[in-house]
Amino acid sequence: MFHYDGSSCNGCDIEVLACLTPMYDIERFGVINTGNPKHSDILLITGFVNTQNAEVVKSLYRQMPDPKVVIAVGICAATGNFFRECYNALGGVNTVIPVDVYVPGCAARPEAIIDGVIRAAGMLEEKRNMLKDRK
Amino acid sequence: MNAVTRSIAYIVLAPILGGLLAGLDRIITARMQGRYGPPVLQPFYDVLKLFEKENLMVNRFHGYYLVCYLAFLIASGALFFFGEDLLMVIFVFILADIFLVVAAYSTNSPYSFIGATRELLQMLAAEPMLLISAVSLYMVTGSFEVAGIAGSGKILILYLPGVFLGLVYVLTIKLRKSPFDLSTSHHAHQELVKGLTTEFAGPSLALVEIAHWYETVLLLGIVYLFFSFNPAVGVAAALLTYFAEILIDNTNARFKWQLTLKSAWLATVALGGVNLIVMYFIFVR
Ligand code: SF4
Repeated sequence: MFHYDGSSCNGCDIEVLACLTPMYDIERFGVINTGNPKHSDILLITGFVNTQNAEVVKSLYRQMPDPKVVIAVGICAATGNFFRECYNALGGVNTVIPVDVYVPGCAARPEAIIDGVIRAAGMLEEKRNMLKDRK
Repeated sequence: MNAVTRSIAYIVLAPILGGLLAGLDRIITARMQGRYGPPVLQPFYDVLKLFEKENLMVNRFHGYYLVCYLAFLIASGALFFFGEDLLMVIFVFILADIFLVVAAYSTNSPYSFIGATRELLQMLAAEPMLLISAVSLYMVTGSFEVAGIAGSGKILILYLPGVFLGLVYVLTIKLRKSPFDLSTSHHAHQELVKGLTTEFAGPSLALVEIAHWYETVLLLGIVYLFFSFNPAVGVAAALLTYFAEILIDNTNARFKWQLTLKSAWLATVALGGVNLIVMYFIFVR
């Protein structure tokens, strides 16, 4: 899993970090937060996309090997939330890359984030099979 | 068990054993941090998953380098369990590592570049001690052959406590454990992205992972040699050493490379060198 913080209020990021703590410990599902897109299957994005980070988000997405899934955590990442009227805002993550799982909430609860990650892992399986069929 | 079956057993069983050790490592690490931890088989799931992923090749070569890395690592382990010359084992082992460094250099990414440079430094820090271990084992048993050393029946740890401690010190470097996980590390989210392995994706990364399992078993095999007078004690000692490494891993912050190099050489001279000189007076004079 790879966590990228777009433009968020940091509320969701802190909840994402909470998932790594002993209380929630997302590694019990074998999920590790790496800092490297090339090692990850899941791209987890918090916060909305603006004119500056749109290229970064796209580049990160391109660097990940197939099959891959994208999770948008929080309302900002889903729609842009109350930032969407901002002069620099493009909107949710789906304005630049395809999103597979939306985790609602402002901020999203750690339980919801973990649930989203597990769903994403399930979709990963589906995508892998789809890739195989295509071959 | 004769030599051939032993090396075949190594080639087949080492990844399984190494993977299990890696899984236990992750659970013990998590428990030490008050977390629950992943299932034991998680490293196997990870590697199988990596093989199903797309292989992003940065250039035409790095895949081959990594295959060479794995091949030489397997070769050095097989030589070891065949009972061959310990020096030969160590040289092939170093050669394997060189292929990993070359693979990282070939990717041209600044992160893997620094990772590769640091790996070279780590090798510089660790190799003298490995060689001293081989030489001192020779001094006591009169043989460089692994079979001869293991069959000597001497309680080698009593003769070579310093060398053993020095070896454990550099083992931390070789197993990529904190405080010496400079070039790349097992833990999530580090500086330098992932160092050495930054640019390896999918199957390439899986090769590195499997090679590391082989590496772990080979290094624990060298630890075993010191306790080879009794196989049960030897295996227990090797496992205990691995546990100690995990403990060190979780209780130490990472060193800078200067400190790594200096402290490793200091350990080499103070523990290995002194022990070697004492052995010289006992056995050669
Ligand atoms: S969804 Fe809410 S908590 Fe999350 S980044 Fe946006 S504003 Fe902050």
